Amino acid sequence: MKLIFEKHKEGRRGFTQAKPDVPETKGLDGKYMRKSAPRLASVSELDVIRHYSGLSRLNYSVDTNFYPLGSCTMKYNPKFTERIASLEGFTDVHPLLPQLSGGGMLAQGSLEVLYEAERLLSEITGMSAFTMQPLAGAHGELTGAMLIAAYHKANGARRKYVIVPDSSHGTNPASAAIAGYEVIVIKTGPDGYMDLEEYKKKLNKDVAAVMLTCPDTLGLFNPRIKEIADMAHGVGALMYYDGANLNAMLGKCRPGDIGFDVIHINLHKTFATPHGGGGPGSGPVGVGEKLIEFLPISRVIRRSDGTFALDYHCHKTIGYIAPFYGNFGVILKAYAYMLCLGREGLVEAAEAAVLGANYCRARLKAYYDLPFDKICMHECVFSASRQAKHGVHAIDIAKYLIDKGFHPPTVYFPMIVKEALMIEPTETESKETLDEFIEVMIEIARLAEENPSLVTQAPIHMPVKRLDETKAAREPNLRFR
Amino acid sequence: MSYIPHTKDDVKAMLKAIGVSRVEDLFKDIPAALRPKSFNIPPGKSESEVTEHLKKLASKNATGLINFVGAGFYDHFIPAAVDAIVSRSEFYTAYTPYQPECSQGWLQAIYEYQTVICELTGLDVSNASLYDGGTALYEAAMMAVRFTGRKKIIVDSGVNLIYRTMLYSYTSNLSIEFLETPVVHGQSSREELLKHVDDKTAAVILQNPNFFGSVDDYSDIVEKVHKNGALAIASVYPVSLGLLKSPGEMGFDIATGEGQSLGIPLSFGGPYLGFMAAKKELVRQMPGRIVGATVDKDGRRGFVLTLQTREQHIRREKATSNICSNEALCALRAAVFVSLLGAEGLKELAERNYQKAEFAKSELLRISGVEVKRSSPTFNEFTVLLPRQANEVVYRMIDKGFACGFPLGRFYKGMDNYLLVAVTEKRTKEDIRKFADCLEAVL
Repeated sequence: MKLIFEKHKEGRRGFTQAKPDVPETKGLDGKYMRKSAPRLASVSELDVIRHYSGLSRLNYSVDTNFYPLGSCTMKYNPKFTERIASLEGFTDVHPLLPQLSGGGMLAQGSLEVLYEAERLLSEITGMSAFTMQPLAGAHGELTGAMLIAAYHKANGARRKYVIVPDSSHGTNPASAAIAGYEVIVIKTGPDGYMDLEEYKKKLNKDVAAVMLTCPDTLGLFNPRIKEIADMAHGVGALMYYDGANLNAMLGKCRPGDIGFDVIHINLHKTFATPHGGGGPGSGPVGVGEKLIEFLPISRVIRRSDGTFALDYHCHKTIGYIAPFYGNFGVILKAYAYMLCLGREGLVEAAEAAVLGANYCRARLKAYYDLPFDKICMHECVFSASRQAKHGVHAIDIAKYLIDKGFHPPTVYFPMIVKEALMIEPTETESKETLDEFIEVMIEIARLAEENPSLVTQAPIHMPVKRLDETKAAREPNLRFR
Repeated sequence: MSYIPHTKDDVKAMLKAIGVSRVEDLFKDIPAALRPKSFNIPPGKSESEVTEHLKKLASKNATGLINFVGAGFYDHFIPAAVDAIVSRSEFYTAYTPYQPECSQGWLQAIYEYQTVICELTGLDVSNASLYDGGTALYEAAMMAVRFTGRKKIIVDSGVNLIYRTMLYSYTSNLSIEFLETPVVHGQSSREELLKHVDDKTAAVILQNPNFFGSVDDYSDIVEKVHKNGALAIASVYPVSLGLLKSPGEMGFDIATGEGQSLGIPLSFGGPYLGFMAAKKELVRQMPGRIVGATVDKDGRRGFVLTLQTREQHIRREKATSNICSNEALCALRAAVFVSLLGAEGLKELAERNYQKAEFAKSELLRISGVEVKRSSPTFNEFTVLLPRQANEVVYRMIDKGFACGFPLGRFYKGMDNYLLVAVTEKRTKEDIRKFADCLEAVL
């Protein structure tokens, strides 16, 4: 498709301002003015609508395609939450309103949403309190790492290390490093769980925290997780829970009960807010009792008269991690979703998510290698190494699936599985959809043996064929000129 | 309501294929001792019940006030076409475009967004967006630290206090030295700032217009900063760039800012849009996603996520940032907003804001005891000195139906009588006149 800039025609306009209603005054001194106008497209409103509508049709999305992208929980995003988030009573509130004197009363509705969402998340996860401020999962991790640092500092210790397993999301070590920690990586054992012997060896009083995903990125729940937590606590380290996979745990197990001290949740995963093509997400952080005093400011509190207010009096706080109270519009959708599902709905979601993943696992394991062959939680991780012997790699499988109308699973992650295919079907996909996907996966396994080139040349039905990523990185063309 | 499609027969068939008899068997790895101690969540409600409940909460927010509060977050009009496009679920229910062949729409939209940001800021490269203006500024500061290998950063106190506070929070465990230099008569003090710039300085951070609304041309500062081998970082307000000298024209190395004013609702503080642009030699230090153009096997133009060796999913603890996502849907809002306006429209929008603010100044000046600081030019926001505490005035103006501005005493010591007033294109002549009349009455 042409770029919007290639549709430019001088003199065309897509929006007109109201006529000026105030007397014109002298303009700014020329030295403050820009010399060259930005080269933007001049197009009509219809041009804009047709352009972006056209672009939208080039995307796969949850609303148009099965999207079993492991670790991302691409479940259906209920439409009513969109309508709620677009109510003017929510969209038109300036974030500084509650900070004006008497202003707290001007945003009681929004403050109540934040307060109640925080309470629900606390109960769902077994944590004592939440900050709703982190703007994405990775942002939550960084906030968590900062909380951990503040906690140790207050206890007079400056610990140096954060432990992560080699199966962790890349954001875990990156967040720890950015917060100022050195990272110790623990290998995964042959059973698919973090190697406990190596963990014991590396754990000492210089370790600030252990960051774990649970269920882990292989989709497995480690039955010895409590032991891991107890050992960490034994040396004074804190336990960090990466909530990317919380969907499997709803009503089945709570990170707080296991002994996790700090957790982040991805509202755009577990709580069904749309992923928006990469964001906005929301990554609230929950803490146990002993970390509450370090939470970012401000905090939403409920006064004795039932009204809500912002509290800025937290002298041990890590400070400001977001300009205001978080991605309010996203939190609002997640809150509506939680109210709608309620207790039984949340449990059913976890159950159906785990059922779907195990169904895919059971039906595909005769065709693909399953490095850790046991019951999984919300996702299952296969390896395409059997197919790779015929020249059909995970990336080829992904591209063939695209041709067949499916968004591929996550490929090449976790890094500890060769040719990884990480399938997370989520609870909102029907058995028929799973069956169609499974049939195509079986067809690929057959083609890999009989006619691999049919797979390796895919996709052939998409607007573009495989793209030259090396050229993109070697000769960066990052904007239109 | 849980949006699960399975019938009883489906569940039975799936369990049979798995080889277990009950769903609960799939959770046997979770030991009994780790089952929830409580799960005290209210029972589910219908879509209509939840909608009614939240409509009630929405009505508890005071959205009827005529708004003159800005302070970095502005009440601009959003054309309906912007909402129409971001409501297309092929955009909003997709994820990060990891698989380019089925994500060309998103990738091209982000490439166009990057172009828009480069054009507005006058710089070479942009990323696919960051969380907000504050985190974008923090990332820019870290880029400068990595690029120069130095650890001292000078921050002009005209930079939004919220952003300065965020910078200090994020770096509290890193050995980075921050130095704040004063604003005098509304403008950055050259003398104070430049005397601290030396060969240990990684970057100087300035904001235009600054928090007090003052417009400046920082070219002279930037030139001297460069002589010391340091980088110059600007935090800017994108709507103002329709009119004001761009960071690129002033020689800045990195520009960041809050993109909320480009078609994104105020929405109580988020989701917003952090944008970042830089000179091309800094591209490999940039955080976040970047989209690049390339060709497919048949030589057709296509787009991919590129320069990924900077990123956490490949570099892990050695990545330039821990950022994984971007604010794509907000970036799309900005791209659509700017496409609707075009360069002419953006200039017109900026002019309207400027003219209305100038009109408001003249109306407020008529009130006895009110001073409008005229020592430096402003864009659409300015400070007013009141004969009494601004806090109190704001409180009384709420009763009259106005959110009349931000009391600077909340952020700056000794400025209790100062009010920061923002006037966007949405405020009519009548709004402004009524605002002045009411202000006169409450003083």
